[in-house]
Amino acid sequence: MADAALTSHAVHEAPTGFIRKWIFSTDHKVIGIQYFFLALFSVLLGMILSIFIRFNLVWPGTEIPLLETFFPVGAPGGVMTPEFYLSFLTMHGTLMVFFVLTTAPQGGFGNYFLPIQIGADDMAFPNLNMLSFWFTFVALVVLLAAFFVTGGAPISGWTAYPPLSALGEIAGPGLGTGQTLWIVSIAIFCVAALLGALNFITTTIDMRTEGMTLMRMPLTVWSWFVTAILGLLAFGVLLAAGILLLMDRSAGTSFFIPGGLVVSDQIIDHKGGSPLLWQHLFWFFGHPEVYIAILPGMGVTSQLLSTFSRKPIFGYRAMVYALFGIGILGFMVWGHHMFMSGMSPYTAIFFSLLTTVIAVPSAIKTFNWLGTLWRGNVRLTTPMLFAVGFVSLFVTGGVSGLFLNQPSTDIYLHDTYFVVAHFHIIMGVAAIFGIFGGTYYWFSKMFGRQMSEFWGKVHFGFTFVGVYAIFTPMHFLGMAGNPRRYAELTGFDFLEPLASIHLFITIAAFITIASQLIFLINFFWSLFKGKKAEINPWQATTLEWEIPSPPPHDNFAGKLPVVYRGAYEYSVPGEPLDYSMQTAPKTAES
Amino acid sequence: MLLAITIWIFTLITVILFTDLVPEMLELASGQWFPETASVHGAIVDAQFFNTLMVTGVVFILAQVALGYLVFRYRERPGQTAYYYHGSNKMEWAWTAATTVLFFVMVSMGYGVWLDVYVHAAPEDAIQIEVTAQQFAWNIRYPGPDGQFGIVRPELIDDAAGNPLGLDPQDPTGEDDLVVPTMAIPVNRPIELILRSKDVTHNFSVRELRLKQDTVPGMMIPLRFTATKTGKYEIACSELCGMGHHRMRSFLDVLSDQGYADWLEDQSEF
Repeated sequence: MADAALTSHAVHEAPTGFIRKWIFSTDHKVIGIQYFFLALFSVLLGMILSIFIRFNLVWPGTEIPLLETFFPVGAPGGVMTPEFYLSFLTMHGTLMVFFVLTTAPQGGFGNYFLPIQIGADDMAFPNLNMLSFWFTFVALVVLLAAFFVTGGAPISGWTAYPPLSALGEIAGPGLGTGQTLWIVSIAIFCVAALLGALNFITTTIDMRTEGMTLMRMPLTVWSWFVTAILGLLAFGVLLAAGILLLMDRSAGTSFFIPGGLVVSDQIIDHKGGSPLLWQHLFWFFGHPEVYIAILPGMGVTSQLLSTFSRKPIFGYRAMVYALFGIGILGFMVWGHHMFMSGMSPYTAIFFSLLTTVIAVPSAIKTFNWLGTLWRGNVRLTTPMLFAVGFVSLFVTGGVSGLFLNQPSTDIYLHDTYFVVAHFHIIMGVAAIFGIFGGTYYWFSKMFGRQMSEFWGKVHFGFTFVGVYAIFTPMHFLGMAGNPRRYAELTGFDFLEPLASIHLFITIAAFITIASQLIFLINFFWSLFKGKKAEINPWQATTLEWEIPSPPPHDNFAGKLPVVYRGAYEYSVPGEPLDYSMQTAPKTAES
Repeated sequence: MLLAITIWIFTLITVILFTDLVPEMLELASGQWFPETASVHGAIVDAQFFNTLMVTGVVFILAQVALGYLVFRYRERPGQTAYYYHGSNKMEWAWTAATTVLFFVMVSMGYGVWLDVYVHAAPEDAIQIEVTAQQFAWNIRYPGPDGQFGIVRPELIDDAAGNPLGLDPQDPTGEDDLVVPTMAIPVNRPIELILRSKDVTHNFSVRELRLKQDTVPGMMIPLRFTATKTGKYEIACSELCGMGHHRMRSFLDVLSDQGYADWLEDQSEF
């Protein structure tokens, strides 16, 4: 062992101490699992916050047991105040967008499976990889600290529009220390995301094994690669915007604060800034962020649909081009979040047309997924059900987008529950379905045991019906003009008739959230008591299915694989099995 | 899975009955999704919404039915083998072209009404009204008989003393300015609102008039419309502005010409 430490392969020796192995690990697989559990914690917390959000909308002013114990200021007497509601709303969005949707699909599955699927023994920069996880962890701790400071968590939403977010406590509770912690947390998260993105890009370009040409890479790898490029270009901008906002708050600058502001009868000593500048910077990050959340889900869905249809993916090249098309166009459409912001109305038409262009590669992906199912031999396993669910949700959330990308119809629908329904379905739930699909698919590889298929299917049934029951009625709330981000619905006459729809949504949300216990119990039970996993239980073709479950420390036990085929060679005529591994040399005829 | 879906169906039916949703749903089914429009451009916005609904509705149903059908039709059965097929470039081009044309034709139809509200200049005789938002109230200002808004100075703002906009007493054009918490306008007359904010970003929205526009501190944003129906409508804030966002309400009275003249007179008496 001492000699081995001197060779160039020293880094691939498995660490023996607990701390180097499980805490400060440089093994991409351990880091992937760390990201996964960080996201699991965040999604549970985010979901609990949404319970309170839905509760307060339907039963405002009701006492909630124990709430006062934890939040004596935000919930005096156990009753949520409006600012307390808004702080939960802000934290729900922030946790879900950053610490779940950005973290699990890319940091979690991407970290674990990208190196294996391209035949590498680790990421290009293992130490950087460790650092990016721990930055993410610190960012989460800083964010959660905002709950417990004076004034509580910020109330400015996950978009943190200044001047509201820039003026400090005078603009409202939570906008003092809480808002500062929020910005610091996001800045740290940006650094982590940048480090991760660099690592993913380098690994994909440099570390592919012999024979793994670009056009033989699984579509999951393509999606992680494009996502990393988006991350590299988008998070830098958010980091800069966050630093500018911090300076406006504490260094007396005026990037986002115009002159002549009067808040609660007090003149604000700033001049010359523009609130719209933040919106441009934020959405220049924020729109690509939507694709950072959803592209890995598309990759997983492609992988699952091909595997379980026992058929090559329909239009592999078109799928790759569509990923890049969505990625590039994703940087040119941010203004569609700002039709009502006061920017030039001509710009609105420009952004609207470009947004329409992005619908085209999205449609191409949907057609190709349907084409993959066509004349397949479809195995309805749990991961497959979630992949089919992903396609359904992607279509639903996609078509509602066509109402919002037109400035004329957006005049009415902007900032209503129609928008809430749209982005939850396409960015939240569809991406979560990608994560669930990936979890049920890869669990056996990651943990060496299998999850229960039966309970997986029950979980799918509850979740699929549940999310539609929650979010379909929200479109009608939007059409009735119900604005989003209202802490209570009691202040307007036109909201009164909508109370029963809100009650329906709340009940549906509670049942759907409760049914996630099926997943949690299945997950943790299987972790310890599940059936031992085989090497290739799904009879899939990509490289992770050729190595033990879980894989050894350096993935391929010192012998990197050689690749001879594309990633989705199923049902090849003349071959004995209906799946041909990427490492299987082609027979003479084929 | 069947078990889960069955439980859901029972639950949903129970909840629908229990929460009195049936009349709501009947109303939705009869097409009363939007409140009846009360502005000229509102009718065009609604038409564009329903055009879009037709196109996307067909796309939505076709795609979902195709998805369900393919999964059912090609479910795994003994003796069935999958077709080894990598796709067809011809089909890729076909559906790319089809969606491009369909979507572009559809969205292009909606730009006219957008230009009407936000770009085309207001007619000469448009009535100008200034709206200044603040946490969590609306200040509506009419220029008075001289047709000119007086100068406002932030340092003179004093809510308690009844000068929420900071009107400068030295400025003669401001003397006849009328500042009120609710808005009234005459029906069938072009209106030009000038939107401002004192503190943070708010949003001026009136459902029935199909109006929605952020009010941004440091900016004066015009918004043009003509109301077509008399009535009292609620003004709501539609951009998160702080703890009182959900109760930032005012009213907009659309009155007959005579009613508007009477209203102006009543207000000036104070």
